[in-house]
Amino acid sequence: MDSLQRVFGKNAAYWLIGPAALWLAVFFAFPMLSLLTTSLSDPAGSPITGYTLTWRVQNYIEVLGDYWPYMMRSLLYAGIATLLCLVLGYVLAYAIAFKAGRWKTVMLVLVIAPFFTSFLVRTLSWKLILADNGFIVNTLQTLHILGEDGRLLATPFAVIMGLTYNFLPFTILPLYTSLEKIDPKLNEAAADLYASPFQRFTKIVWPLSLPGVVGGTLLTFIPATGDYINASLLGSPNTQMVGNKIQQLFTTANDYPHAAALSVLLMAIIVGMVLVYVRRAGTEELL
Amino acid sequence: MITRLGRWIGKHLMLTLGILVLVYMYIPNMIVALMSFNDSSQSRNLYQFQSFTWDNWLNPCEPQGMCESLRVSISIGLLATLVATAIGTLAAFALVRHRFEGRSTANLMIFLPMATPEIVMGSSLLALFVAAGFGGQLGFWTILIAHIMFCISFVVVTVRSRLAGLDSNLEKAAMDLYANEWQTFWRITFPLVFPGILSAALLAFSLSFDDFIITNLNSGTTVTFPMFVWGAAQRGVPMQVNVIGTLMFILALAIVIGGEVAARRRAKGKAAAL
Repeated sequence: MDSLQRVFGKNAAYWLIGPAALWLAVFFAFPMLSLLTTSLSDPAGSPITGYTLTWRVQNYIEVLGDYWPYMMRSLLYAGIATLLCLVLGYVLAYAIAFKAGRWKTVMLVLVIAPFFTSFLVRTLSWKLILADNGFIVNTLQTLHILGEDGRLLATPFAVIMGLTYNFLPFTILPLYTSLEKIDPKLNEAAADLYASPFQRFTKIVWPLSLPGVVGGTLLTFIPATGDYINASLLGSPNTQMVGNKIQQLFTTANDYPHAAALSVLLMAIIVGMVLVYVRRAGTEELL
Repeated sequence: MITRLGRWIGKHLMLTLGILVLVYMYIPNMIVALMSFNDSSQSRNLYQFQSFTWDNWLNPCEPQGMCESLRVSISIGLLATLVATAIGTLAAFALVRHRFEGRSTANLMIFLPMATPEIVMGSSLLALFVAAGFGGQLGFWTILIAHIMFCISFVVVTVRSRLAGLDSNLEKAAMDLYANEWQTFWRITFPLVFPGILSAALLAFSLSFDDFIITNLNSGTTVTFPMFVWGAAQRGVPMQVNVIGTLMFILALAIVIGGEVAARRRAKGKAAAL
């Protein structure tokens, strides 16, 4: 704007963007390079003395051999959780955008508000809800849906449920943003032209909400794939995800090169999947 | 008649389903609030409701190290919010109000941290700190650097959407009425963008306060509140953790609702003045 232009001179834009760009360059982009060089370094070293870059590509092969089941499990759990989030999130975002009337703002605030109770504390409370002698397990056992010694805690179900719960708001907000932009008149016009509710959804609402669907699923899938908190608190050693392994390699094993290689691999897989997904959904302009 | 009935049911069906999803999102919060009144003195390892007590609320700082960790989290949260909100807001102004060379690169740079798993960001920062020889000095400052980093993007996105929806005619009108640049900025632009800056700050604080994955990798021996909870989860969670969780929730809700009420009152006042 002209006012700022006058104050900062001709290069106003660069003065304004400068601090943020610099911070992100030094503490986001540059560390990625550091991660890359660490991943190609000799594992014989320590976090205090540092590691020497020897272009050791074997790190990647070793990591892939040792941890690919964890990688696959992460993608699977995150994928299922993302689908569940999409279904639940769509219902709520649709209700807020079209049906909530004057309660719109209140409902929107309610979507974000759980965020403010610590994420770890909330995840711990699922431990209580899904506990072996808890209400839900007992009910399911009485109904013979769950066997007598069947349990929910420490199963893939608990981990996927935790992921779904924790990342649901990330699906809802982008969905709501694109649903809210849809002109209700379009729906009315389609109804006047004898479109059934189902047709109206598949031909109008769904296609127009696609940017929100893509944005929401990405914002859910990406963090869910790297998450290890749900797998640690609600799962068992058999449900560990790739995040558990990266964290263990860094903090307990102190094997930075292998940890970095696994981390780079995770990022590469995610970037690859995101690109394919965005292409296929035809929403490249989002990036 | 039948279609009207169908439509009526359809309308309320979606609303009912939506409310059910909301209820699902609140089950853990209700459990947290309930557990904050749990008397766990008989058995600390059993994480289930035993009997009612006010003790946890009366002695919230009883568990060793918890309130220290809370203080650390709040100081990091406030500092990170201050810095991230300031430089993020400036960046948002640059991106909305200026066309400059490198703008799309800047946009990408802002977007990428939001599309990177925390474990990757945390580990790359750790790799940098170690490579730069700071491996032995991880702590308060490295956590703060990391938090500012991941908060910036969310601040930019929040302020940018508020700024993009702003009618620039208001500023032009002010300039036409002989307001100078500073007057226009402080009397027109800033008040209009302020709600966006406020929600960005709130978001930044909650992201910082809640972060575990990145913090855990870059903290050295410093313990933040989420790290305290994580450590406690391995041994037996003190019920006071639930007091803090509930308190934070009430506080945040009060801020949001207070802001909304104030905005409505101001809007009403303006409508009356017209």
